[in-house]
Order: sequence, then structure tokens, then C-alpha cells
Amino acid sequence: MPQTTSSSSPFEDDAPEPDAPAAPTAQASTDALDSLLDEIDDTIQTNASQFVRSFVQKGGQ
Amino acid sequence: MMFGEVPPAQEVDPARRIMGLETEFGLHFDAPQSRAVTPEEVAGHLFHSVVEWGRSSNVFLTNGSRLYIDVGAHPEYATAECDSLTDIVAYDKAGERIVHDLVAKGEARLAAAGLEGSIYLYKNNTDSAGNSYGCHENYLVRRRADFKAFASVLLPFFVSRQIVTGSGCITRTPQGAHYSFSPRADHMWEGMSSATTRSRPMINTRDEPHAHADLYRRMHVIVGDSTMVEPTTRLKMGSTDLLLRILEARLTLPELALANEMQAIRTIAHDVTGAATVELADGRHMTGADLQEACLTAVRERLDDVIERTVETEQVLDLWARGIAAVRSGDDSQVATELEWAVKFRLIERYRERLNCSLDDPRLARLEMAFHDVSPTRGLFNRLQADGLVSRVVAEEDIVRATTEPPATTRAALRGRFVREALASGRDYTVDWVHLKLSGTEPRTVLLKDPFRNLDERVDVLLASLDG
Repeated sequence: MPQTTSSSSPFEDDAPEPDAPAAPTAQASTDALDSLLDEIDDTIQTNASQFVRSFVQKGGQ
Repeated sequence: MMFGEVPPAQEVDPARRIMGLETEFGLHFDAPQSRAVTPEEVAGHLFHSVVEWGRSSNVFLTNGSRLYIDVGAHPEYATAECDSLTDIVAYDKAGERIVHDLVAKGEARLAAAGLEGSIYLYKNNTDSAGNSYGCHENYLVRRRADFKAFASVLLPFFVSRQIVTGSGCITRTPQGAHYSFSPRADHMWEGMSSATTRSRPMINTRDEPHAHADLYRRMHVIVGDSTMVEPTTRLKMGSTDLLLRILEARLTLPELALANEMQAIRTIAHDVTGAATVELADGRHMTGADLQEACLTAVRERLDDVIERTVETEQVLDLWARGIAAVRSGDDSQVATELEWAVKFRLIERYRERLNCSLDDPRLARLEMAFHDVSPTRGLFNRLQADGLVSRVVAEEDIVRATTEPPATTRAALRGRFVREALASGRDYTVDWVHLKLSGTEPRTVLLKDPFRNLDERVDVLLASLDG
């Protein structure tokens, strides 16, 4: 009963319609991306190489 | 003593499927000034609060899910049994929150042991040395004598679905770096087998249904990438479920058997233009998009037939089609907020332009790690989502609820309630996927063999005994 389980689900009303992905306009999203990159730039650039190399862990499944 | 008669399995609509996701998280302790420390030691401190709560580092939570430390000191979270795509996405996302919530206390314990640093948990699939860990999908399927033939029909789908459901990554080689669809593709060595860590197969055939074994078995899929973007996770689980429904109705899927699955999965992974072709067993050559298109068409042909047309199904088919079109056209703008590889490539490419560097620059590797960081404040995926740059399919409050409450419609509802009430009573108990046991002078065990059953009088009686 997918209809029963999904339509009775309280989450259903929050799901976007298939034809209406909630995406901002291209320019607005590029601006938002740039300002996010501005904010994280220092963190990313500080000792990037050492930080990356220090993440080694045995494999899992 | 076993408690009460195990009730017979319920009649279940074929469209209702039990699904679960197991995620191994990467564990990284960044402490440049401290002495060397093993991942096992960090994991021990990280899980100290889990042990305090549940007297073990391998516990079932009140949301019905399992939390433990797996091979290689990876924190692992296995979602409770879910029977809708919305639930599976919500419980998978809840797992990111649950492991993150261990970090502050873990760091405090490490600091008390003289190890000042920060714990990072990544929902990704590789470390910087190329070790891999997984995200495993579980689908409960109706038992049949020809399981291996049944499952092997899906291998071309699993090999090629990375063009839509892949997490995307930078692949570094001695010749330079390039984008790939899937970080997991290079770590697959077999189509199907019962092994996991020794030789990773795409489908693991270990027969552990955690349910009425005469009716069901588990299809355990190892080939997927861990995904954080909600629409991508929904597509990954939803497309697989739709193909399983066709096979369970004893209908056939198009004949797409590959000449060499191991080679094909790598060929498709490493060509994000989508132009690379792979050879089929019958000598034909097809692209990853061709293979996915054939699967999508097979599903569409069964709409209103064995596949009921629901809003959720339409959403899966819509994104599946747009993802294939994006790969074919080389224009990912129509899926840039919904498919994880496209979200990541856009982020990496924008940053690469700013730095004016090559793709193998370590700062871009650092950026990838930041993307998969589960921290709500530090993690880049979470920040992109908060800024509206990534689409969502579940509401924030539903994820928050899923961190403590079990799914209402499956066996997990019984387990979650049992864990909550047994803990509150102070009684000793043990629990696994199919057993609820109260220990003590008169031990009582309830066996739950039907994962679709969310109500059970035996559990009511068992829990009533806690008050007595």
C-alpha cells in the first residue's frame, strides 16, 4: 500500500512537487555560492595539505 | 523463555517494501600538536557516551536504529526498517545528526587524556590514502529459488546508476586528476558473492533476512556511494525498489548483461562526459546513460500496471529522467541542486576557478572533505543546504523527530518503544533486529519475525511486566 503509507505520512505535504524543484535563479545561486566560499576560504586554505594527509583510516566493508 | 506464539506473517501489498541503509562514517581526529593516536582510541572516546547510555558500543537506539563501531574503527549507523522513501531519507539523515552529537563529549574526553584536537566525521567513502568504506542498502525481497539469477539481472543497473546517484569525486592518478561519478566504483571487485571486506561484491548474497526466512530474503547492495543530498538518496532507493517490483511480479527486464562488470563500472565512473561505452555480453556497446534509460523505460512501461502511479514514484522517475538527460547533454543545470555529483562538481569547479589551480590541488581535496563533514555548522553540504543551494525532500522537523522516534509503520516501532521503556525501567535487556529480551530472574524474549508488523500484543504484555 504505497498510497496508504505515503499519503498518510505526515511528511507528504512537505515534499516538493515533481515539476517544481525549489531552486533559486542561476545568478542568485552563484552569488550565494561565492559568499559561502568567501566564508570558508581561510579554513580550507590553512594547512590544507597536512589536514588532508592526516585523515587515514583502515578500510571498512 | 520464549514469550507467546509468533504470529503468522501478514499479507503485504507487493508495493510495500522494507528498506534500510547502513553507513560507515570516516573518523578523523585533527590534532597536529598531540602525540600519535589510533582511530581505535579516538573511536573509543567518541563512543564513551554511547557505552554510558547503553552499556555497550553496539546499541539499538530509541529510534529503532543501530549504532556501533565497525571494522576499521568506523562509526556505523544502520537505519531502522523503513517502508517509505520519505522515511528512509529521514532516518538516514537522522544518522548524521546522531553521530555528530557524540563529537563534543568525545573531544572533551580526548582533551582530558591530553589529546587536544577536533573530531571530524565524514559521510563519504574514502580516506586520503585511498582506503574505502561503504554505504550498504538493504531491500527485503520475497524469497524465490532463483535469487542469484534474479539479482544478477540488476547488475547492469547497479553498474550504471552512478551517473545519477553517484556522489561525485576528484580522482587523482599519476597522470593528473579528473572528476568521476563515483568514489566507490574503483573499490568494487566482483558482481555478486558472500564476501564483504576481502573482495567487495556489488551485491552481497549473504542470506540474513532478519525476518520469516521461508518468505523473505535480504538483498544487500554494497555498490552505492554514501549520499547527503536528499533527492539523490531518494532516487537511489526509489529506482532500485521500482525495478525490484517488476522482477517480483515475475516480469522481465531488458537483457543488458555486461561482458565485464568490473571494467564497466570503472569505465563509466571515470568519464563524466557520459560518452564512454561499455561492452555487453551480446557484443553491443552502450553508454551508462543508455543502460539507465533502458531501466527507466522498463519502469515507465509498467506504470499503472504493476507500478502504481504515486506522487513519490513520479518524483523518482522525474529526477531519474532529468539526471540521464543532464549526462547526455553535458548540461547539469537542471539537476544542480538535486544530484550529489552535480552539487559537488559545481562547488569544486567554482572554488578551483577562484584559486586558479589544477584539480589535484590539496585545497580541493580539503574542500571535498568539508563537503562530507556531518557538522551542521562546519559541514559544507549542510551550509549549502541551509543557503538553499541544495534541494530537500524531507522537512527538518521530521529528521529531528527521526533521531529519537522510530518509524511508525514497521517492526521498528516495537523495538524503539521497547528500548525506551526498558531503559526507563532500569531492567537489563538485550535487543537485536528480531529479538526483544528482558533479562533477570525470569527472562522473557519476544521474537519479531515480521518486519511489516508494527503492533504486537506480546510486546504490550512484555512491557506491562516492567511496571509489575
